[in-house]
Amino acid sequence: MTDLCDRPAHELVGLLQSGETSAQAILESTLARIDAVEGRPPTTAPYIEQPDDRTRVHAYIAVTRDLARRQAKAVDDGLAAGRDPGPLAGVPVAVKDIFCVQGTPSTAGSRILETFVSPYTATPVARLEAAGAVVVGKANLDEFAFGSSSESSAFLPPPGNPWDPRRVPGGSSGGSAAAVAAGEAVVSLGTDTAGSVRQPAAFCGVVGLKPTYGRVSRYGLIAFASSLDCPALVTRDVEDAALVLGVIAGQDAMDATAAVVPVPDYRETLDAGVAGLRIGLSPDYIRLRFPDPVSGELRQQSIAPEVEAAVHEAAQALAAAGAEIVEGVPMPNTRFGVPAYFVISRVEAASNLHRYDGVKYGYRFPGEVADLKDLYRKSRGRGFGPQPKLRILMGMYVSAEQYEKAYYPRALRVRTRIRHDFEQAFDPAGPYRLDALLTPTTPATAFEIGAVYGDSVLMQYADLLTVPGNHAGVPGLSLPAGLDRQGLPIGIQLLGADFHEAMLLRVGRAYESLTASAGWRRVRPAVLQSVGSS
Amino acid sequence: MPDSITPEIFRHLVDLAALELDEDEAEYLRRQLNGQLKAIAELESIELDSETAVTSHGVPYPDAIRPPLRSDDVRPANEADDILAQAPATEERYIVVPDIPHTELE
Repeated sequence: MTDLCDRPAHELVGLLQSGETSAQAILESTLARIDAVEGRPPTTAPYIEQPDDRTRVHAYIAVTRDLARRQAKAVDDGLAAGRDPGPLAGVPVAVKDIFCVQGTPSTAGSRILETFVSPYTATPVARLEAAGAVVVGKANLDEFAFGSSSESSAFLPPPGNPWDPRRVPGGSSGGSAAAVAAGEAVVSLGTDTAGSVRQPAAFCGVVGLKPTYGRVSRYGLIAFASSLDCPALVTRDVEDAALVLGVIAGQDAMDATAAVVPVPDYRETLDAGVAGLRIGLSPDYIRLRFPDPVSGELRQQSIAPEVEAAVHEAAQALAAAGAEIVEGVPMPNTRFGVPAYFVISRVEAASNLHRYDGVKYGYRFPGEVADLKDLYRKSRGRGFGPQPKLRILMGMYVSAEQYEKAYYPRALRVRTRIRHDFEQAFDPAGPYRLDALLTPTTPATAFEIGAVYGDSVLMQYADLLTVPGNHAGVPGLSLPAGLDRQGLPIGIQLLGADFHEAMLLRVGRAYESLTASAGWRRVRPAVLQSVGSS
Repeated sequence: MPDSITPEIFRHLVDLAALELDEDEAEYLRRQLNGQLKAIAELESIELDSETAVTSHGVPYPDAIRPPLRSDDVRPANEADDILAQAPATEERYIVVPDIPHTELE
């Protein structure tokens, strides 16, 4: 029998409501799994790799056992008293440690916030808790979400991929995705600024949903690039994604960018099928200019053949179910997504990181300083790791009047062009009239720990196929779509029009049903093969 | 291609950013920044006509989906103690900082 911690949330909620299990039993199953696969807790001490480190998952910066046990007991007590326990009652969630949760350390994976204990809770987390979810811990991430592998966290060992812990789980929400894949949480909350939920979901063989910008409140999310940041979620299947999005979406008096758009019941249309839907394929997501994985030189090339094949197989399956596949959809500005992101996200990050000064909260250099400016320099110099430093410096360079060479205005105009590609593809009166665009999520499957980290250009290009959606603000859904020859998960991506998450979930669910009997769906991540099932 | 970010420009950026760096770290960061600029240079190959507007966020915010402004009411904020407790150095509810660089006026 499958362990409780390996089941999807919608099943667990059903079991709970029918009295077949309890929130506390679900939680204990999850905590037992954490004990079995997690490994030693990450710290900010100088990192010396131990032999065991690359066999474990290290998904969490902090496991909040006491908080979780209190919340689980409250759910069970509520049920016993006949109260409605909520749509996510008893579901163990991991929260990326870039969301503030009252009374817990909220570090953003940075030494500069190591001592910060949040005085308030982020809106998406508060909504999960109000729906009965149980917060199991704060998941590890790239420092301030700056990365695509989770290796830049100040808290080490870095997270490992549950399918091969010598490899990265992706990033920046690597801990969130690894936790769900390894049964250390049933669902998790992450963020997606350039692909930070979709890419790790693809690498870890789970579902990742980046909603439309404005669909979910950013209140309580530690800011990186405010015009691109999106609270996003990782789940085991599409139905869970629909369930969780329904809970966290919607306007919020605390975030003026949370749009006033009604939140549909995303589960209602899940099984409507794909007959008659127009699903697009674009050559610009298959063959494009990106750095050679070996030489690092930018050149026109194709993505990994097995990833490309997974996209075509998915298109064939959807076509057989009645979808109309529209080939040759031009998305000519896809390849400019990363260069434009190098400019826009850095300018916004530099601005957002000015607040960390060693004065109001977080790390303060404890030694002698000459004056206030020296305190800033020493606190920031020691508190920030290399990624925040790079982002601050680049942000200042490309926006400084004497150097900028119109970098920033040019990048913002390129962003207009990227947005235009999507508007044209989804325009109901246009030539393509797509309901969804089907693409690969990543150019290749998970890479080894240490193979890319340190080369900030190569690392940024891991977001090649996800970042255009962030520039445009449109929703994106990454789905597991098989395993490559090395047994590593492959992800495919569905992109849709603004606020059309229900359409992506519907297509995603259809794909899931069409491939339900595929052999790869029964393969378990490597770290679970040594864990006995109860 | 010569580095766009010379050691001199780099030192100026570091000063603006208020970062103290050791030499090895500084040279690594400077090299990475120059590598990133080569990727950014891709943007120069795109032809932009003068009518292309800038996009500061992807999704348009027409009035229909924009939340109305909050009413200007006094609301209690009871987190002052929690917030102050985060400051690394305080004295009688003031946050302590070292000397602030200043110039005496004659």
